[in-house]
Amino acid sequence: MHSTRYIIFFVLALTGVVALLLSLMSTGLKDIHDRNEAIYNKKAILSAIENSLETEVKSLSDMEIMEIFEQNIEQVVVDMKGQVVSGVLAEEIDMARERKKPESQRRLPVYIYNGNDGKIYIISVRGSGLWDEIWGSIALEDDLNTVAGAAFDHQGETPGLGAEIKDNPSFASQFIGKKLYEPDGDFASITVRKGGARDPLHEVDGISGATVTADGVTEMLERGIKYYQPYFETVK
Amino acid sequence: MAETAVQEPKVKTQEPLFGTKERKLLIDPLNENNPITVQVLGICSALAVTSLVYPSVVMAIAVIFVLAFSNLFTSLLRKSIPKQVRMIVQLVIIASLVTVVELTLKAVNFEVYKQLSVFIGLIITNCIIMGRLEAFAMANRPWRSFLDGIGNGLGYGAILIVVALFRELFGKGSLFAGSPLEMKIIGPSAEYWLNSTNGWLSWYQNNNLMVLSGAAMFIIGIIIWIHRSWNPKLVDVS
Repeated sequence: MHSTRYIIFFVLALTGVVALLLSLMSTGLKDIHDRNEAIYNKKAILSAIENSLETEVKSLSDMEIMEIFEQNIEQVVVDMKGQVVSGVLAEEIDMARERKKPESQRRLPVYIYNGNDGKIYIISVRGSGLWDEIWGSIALEDDLNTVAGAAFDHQGETPGLGAEIKDNPSFASQFIGKKLYEPDGDFASITVRKGGARDPLHEVDGISGATVTADGVTEMLERGIKYYQPYFETVK
Repeated sequence: MAETAVQEPKVKTQEPLFGTKERKLLIDPLNENNPITVQVLGICSALAVTSLVYPSVVMAIAVIFVLAFSNLFTSLLRKSIPKQVRMIVQLVIIASLVTVVELTLKAVNFEVYKQLSVFIGLIITNCIIMGRLEAFAMANRPWRSFLDGIGNGLGYGAILIVVALFRELFGKGSLFAGSPLEMKIIGPSAEYWLNSTNGWLSWYQNNNLMVLSGAAMFIIGIIIWIHRSWNPKLVDVS
């Protein structure tokens, strides 16, 4: 049997050594981690405009992604009244944190892509799925009405059912060409319809077995896009 | 210190670095002492991460690393670890190795890190690791413990990958999705090797059950069945 003093000494020494090694490793790798995370987030934004980029975002190298962001993308942050907030980049906005704030104090990121066919506005939306949060990027053509692309992601939706909003590219690609507004200018949003889209302009097909996630997407789009309307007014 | 003295005779005989015993340590866990199909340990992660092959391969490598090195370090420290707190000390060793894996993966392949997310951290609770430390590394020399760790990790990884091959092929129609080796085998578009939109394969649909964790339970069950009928020695084990 070891003495109590030995046990205390042993445990303290072991945890000390381990803590030192791990913190050294963590600080040493922090730059690479931050860079990887930034590229991961940039890829998520770009996958909403995959259609307009004419290449698969998956096949782009890290350098190319940085390049597109530097040369073709303008980052804007707006407040709930549609005013541009200066001094902040869109990628510094953490949507998860903004969602916890009272509605009037939230800030919203806008990425403006200057492509060959004019500007594309990419906005971020966030809502709740069945198990946890879901979020997405919606790309709008410069009429701020026609959807140019969409990409969704989630925290913990069921694989094969709700997770299809991310995993199945044909779900997001349905959004291309849909309209946010009625011809008379009323906001209509886009609805994920269980059993198949009926309105060719404002509805997309749901995913069988994922009704709650699909309703979450509908709700997220309606609420999230509405937040941007004051900003859209100033741009139009 | 009486019990350690019994285990290690004072006259040390020269042992081969890679003799029959060492080979047995590596190969046994692949067959007669497989951690998943015979000991039925590590089932939680085997159910959770096996929906795609690529993350399963990464998970297998991570577990082999953690198992081999936690066995090694525990074995090196086995005489100085106070018996009263040995489990906590083992946990500290496992947890720090898992953190090393997590930090490395986050730097090397961020997408797989995101995919495996919580399951890398949960290697800490993988019963195989604690089991091997208690049953083997606390009573054996470092080199043998290291081999035992690699053997058990391989046994775990082999089952993981077999299960994932079935689940990804029948659930998603692809193999190695997300890696540079991605193969599209069967699915409803021209990108796939077997296009199921029309022709003789038009009846085919991906089996959504395969994507859910439950499918892994059926597959592991079937593997255990085949394993036992193939190796009659196992029938009496449990």
